Amino acid sequence: MDLQLTEEQTMVVDMVRRFVRREIVPLEDKLDPDTDELPEEDHGRLVAMVKDMGLYGLDIPPDYGGPDIDMVTRTLIAIEMSQHRAGLYAPCYGVFGGAGLAQLFEANDDQKQRYLYPTLRGEKKVFFGLSEPSGGSDPARAIQTRAVRDGQDWVINGQKLWISGADKADYGLLFARTDSDKGRSGITCFIVETDWPGFHVRRIVHTLRSARYATELQFTDLRVPDANILGEVNKGFAIANDRLSRQRIPYAAVCIGVAIKAHELAVEYAKIRHTFGAPLASRQAIQWMLVDNEIDIETSRWLTLVAADKARRGDPFRKEAGLAKLVATEAGGRVVDRCMQIHGGLGVAKDMPFERWFREMRIRRIGEGPNEVQRHIIARDILGMSLR
Amino acid sequence: MPAIRMSKRWTPFNPETVKRVPGQLGVYQLANAAGEIVYVGVAGGRSLFGLRGELQKWLAAPQAGAAQFRIEVNMSYRTRHLELLMAYRADHEGRLPAANTDIDASRLGRLSPA
Repeated sequence: MDLQLTEEQTMVVDMVRRFVRREIVPLEDKLDPDTDELPEEDHGRLVAMVKDMGLYGLDIPPDYGGPDIDMVTRTLIAIEMSQHRAGLYAPCYGVFGGAGLAQLFEANDDQKQRYLYPTLRGEKKVFFGLSEPSGGSDPARAIQTRAVRDGQDWVINGQKLWISGADKADYGLLFARTDSDKGRSGITCFIVETDWPGFHVRRIVHTLRSARYATELQFTDLRVPDANILGEVNKGFAIANDRLSRQRIPYAAVCIGVAIKAHELAVEYAKIRHTFGAPLASRQAIQWMLVDNEIDIETSRWLTLVAADKARRGDPFRKEAGLAKLVATEAGGRVVDRCMQIHGGLGVAKDMPFERWFREMRIRRIGEGPNEVQRHIIARDILGMSLR
Repeated sequence: MPAIRMSKRWTPFNPETVKRVPGQLGVYQLANAAGEIVYVGVAGGRSLFGLRGELQKWLAAPQAGAAQFRIEVNMSYRTRHLELLMAYRADHEGRLPAANTDIDASRLGRLSPA
């Protein structure tokens, strides 16, 4: 295994790092400390710059117009993109574009025409509707939203919770139970449009992440045509599961980026802040915190890159992605906490990014599969047991 | 389940009452004398004197017949602000409060609260 970055990877990492430091960080001095949006004129200007860099639409496959970037390089970019105040949940405020939902690349031609291509052109927005009030960690059992066949249509009734972006989306992927006796083999993925009768965004769910909110959805006799089934009837869980494993790698990567930035600020501050006649950096208590930061950052970085490398090679990577998610989210929380401590009162003020990172980093141990579920996945993998 | 709409009593909008408003972050509403909401505002992380400072700006340049106000201290001020605007829009056939010309309605989500 080659641990050196290639020349191309080094170039891309340097380019993104310069972009974040020169274009993104200075803008944040003027923005609300909790925002996840740029003013429209800045957003447009930066998107144009990213397109010039050849990095727009990072998660779009090359066949659909995205850049040809492997998973390791994509992970290195994610680590760089998140090194600013909003970086954990809004890396570079979305100016690198996105694919929407990767599952749509598996849609049939008719569905691609109606949903995927308009999404890639930026004309439609999409949401992902999996979690329910009954739980999100074990979707195969927790899904109680039901779809019942009625002629050429399906009629859906139920609720979803923790759904991001549904209030602004034009359509979404909605997972519903189509066979109550079959567990994970009884779930189907439907493409539903948000202006269809019976689709309701009932409320916003406020969390520690005050920049963005989740929503609670309700479906009352929501009628969906047969043509809007993504994949096959009763085979929706595989679609959901694919996303869950794949997402864990970039999810870990942005935690590392924030930890790196927090650590960098703490190192600088420790050198200039004096107490009792000496810089903080000369105190063993502070030095050890910085050493522990290094350990946490490097451990997370290598575990995440190993997972990315396995994914790039097409090898099974479920255990490695789980390890990366688990370690990076916990290590990221510890690093931000130490850096906050080193900064004293400044660390908890909105003048600095730590308090935002502290709140948002806490969510990372729960999002994309709580860390207890990651341990469960890893244990099953070690023991050679199935997930059922 | 927390209330989506703000339901506190209105306070007369004048220098004396605004002076007693806390300097914390949060959201506020202004209404005309008839109690119709004319503005939904926010005191965010860059507000110098929080809710009090934001309301004092309005006192200096009154608009839309604002005669009453109410506040809510809230650290989730951004999402709460959006929620109040979306709830207002759902209750008023897609319109925003008269003085909320600072909001780009196309960037707001759609709520249909029960």
